[in-house]
Amino acid sequence: MIKNSTIKKIAIPLLMMMGMQFGSLQNVTAQKVYATKTGQLFFNATGGIEKIAAVNNQVDSKFVDATGQIIFGVLIKGFKFENQLMEDHFNENYMESTQFPKADFKGYIKNIKEITFTKDGNYPIDIEGNLTIHGTAQKVATSGFLQVQDGKPTITGEFSVKIKDYGIKGLYIGEKIASEAKIKVNCKYQN
Amino acid sequence: MFLRSLSIGFLCIVLQFNVSAQTQPIDLFADSTTTTTQDIVTGIFKSTRIVNGQSIENAGAGVLDFRILHRFGAINQGGYNFFGLDQATMRIGLDYGITKKLMIGIGRSTFEKQFDAFVKYRIIRQEEGARVIPFSLSYAGTAIFKSLKETTTTYTPYISDKFSFAHQFLLASKFNDYFSLQVTPTMIHYNMVDNSTIPNDFYSLGLGFRQRVSKRVNITTEYYYRFNKLDGYYNPLSVGVDIETGGHVFQLHVSNSTGMTERTFINETSGSWGKGDLRFGFNISRVFTLKKSKELKNIKW
Repeated sequence: MIKNSTIKKIAIPLLMMMGMQFGSLQNVTAQKVYATKTGQLFFNATGGIEKIAAVNNQVDSKFVDATGQIIFGVLIKGFKFENQLMEDHFNENYMESTQFPKADFKGYIKNIKEITFTKDGNYPIDIEGNLTIHGTAQKVATSGFLQVQDGKPTITGEFSVKIKDYGIKGLYIGEKIASEAKIKVNCKYQN
Repeated sequence: MFLRSLSIGFLCIVLQFNVSAQTQPIDLFADSTTTTTQDIVTGIFKSTRIVNGQSIENAGAGVLDFRILHRFGAINQGGYNFFGLDQATMRIGLDYGITKKLMIGIGRSTFEKQFDAFVKYRIIRQEEGARVIPFSLSYAGTAIFKSLKETTTTYTPYISDKFSFAHQFLLASKFNDYFSLQVTPTMIHYNMVDNSTIPNDFYSLGLGFRQRVSKRVNITTEYYYRFNKLDGYYNPLSVGVDIETGGHVFQLHVSNSTGMTERTFINETSGSWGKGDLRFGFNISRVFTLKKSKELKNIKW
């Protein structure tokens, strides 16, 4: 005969475990993470005649629909310039990419609640958070658009950063290189 | 008793459900972004030449590099020749990067009226990150045509007699942002030499390094040790400074060699450091992007 107390000893933890399982399953369906590893990021810092602009096609980004939490990450070495020498100078002299290999943004889409992910449309969004470039973090607030098409969101946005705010030094900043760099983001997320 | 335990368990399910759905939001900030798959080490040297000889660097794909190499006369000639600045030899050249790995170039030197052409191919690239390769390896092959008319009249040389070739393996490593080293085993072949006692093939080993002094200034040194040598010539040693500006790299240097092709500067360096037979010289490089890479083609800036 198995005693009642023994059943209790087994059943309660068992059921509790089941409960936990249930809970975590629910958890996944309640919040959804949209992610991409092939987002695009352009920047333009042309100050003079010579074009100083680059593109990075390997932007790593994720966001959660429930909280609006959003992150972007890029490798500095992933920026492609038209001019090889410029790319080398960008990495070695300005961004010091061996020391600071990454740049990232961690923040929130403030009005995420206004977006219906099941309905196609173009929703304006406000983003706020910390942008870390060259090992220096600065607060950034900008607006952009979140477009939903066939249930897949695309985030586009444009903002500019003051290069010197991030501790990036160089003789040409403010001359050949603009003191503010324009940055454009275009990320198409998978779900 | 059993029922009670069952009901507690059920309660647990409900509680768990509520608790986890509300207080466990996914925290993206805890994740680390961007995992490196391939991290190629770039900028081992600052230019495609260390001083005279090829460096591990290539011109980028679709990039045309216009180079002017200038060498003055020997400094120890004294004030009458203004310490060599009255005389000059030069090489004018065009290099082009066909792909990321393959580069070609042509040039013309005033010294011995030489034409030269080379190919340089990257075999291995230094990598960090997921896969670590501690060095880069390239091959450089140069053909040199000496068009200077022979003064001897006893023998009319064939066109092919005026050719010489250099084969080099470039083995380089960037230790850190400040220091890079290159070892260059070299073989130089002459289609024709002066007499039968002189071999056609010469072997040498090049050593070169780059030491960063500031963000835009690097000290470079290049030396070739010759295993078998032509009489009357010295091992070439060049010490230079690389100065980078926007689209240019200026290389200023002091060297005991006059020639700017592999045959002439490795095997036929007539100056001696011991005698002060040194020459001041400079290389100027200006790059032009002729072909944009695929990634940059359809972009509106």
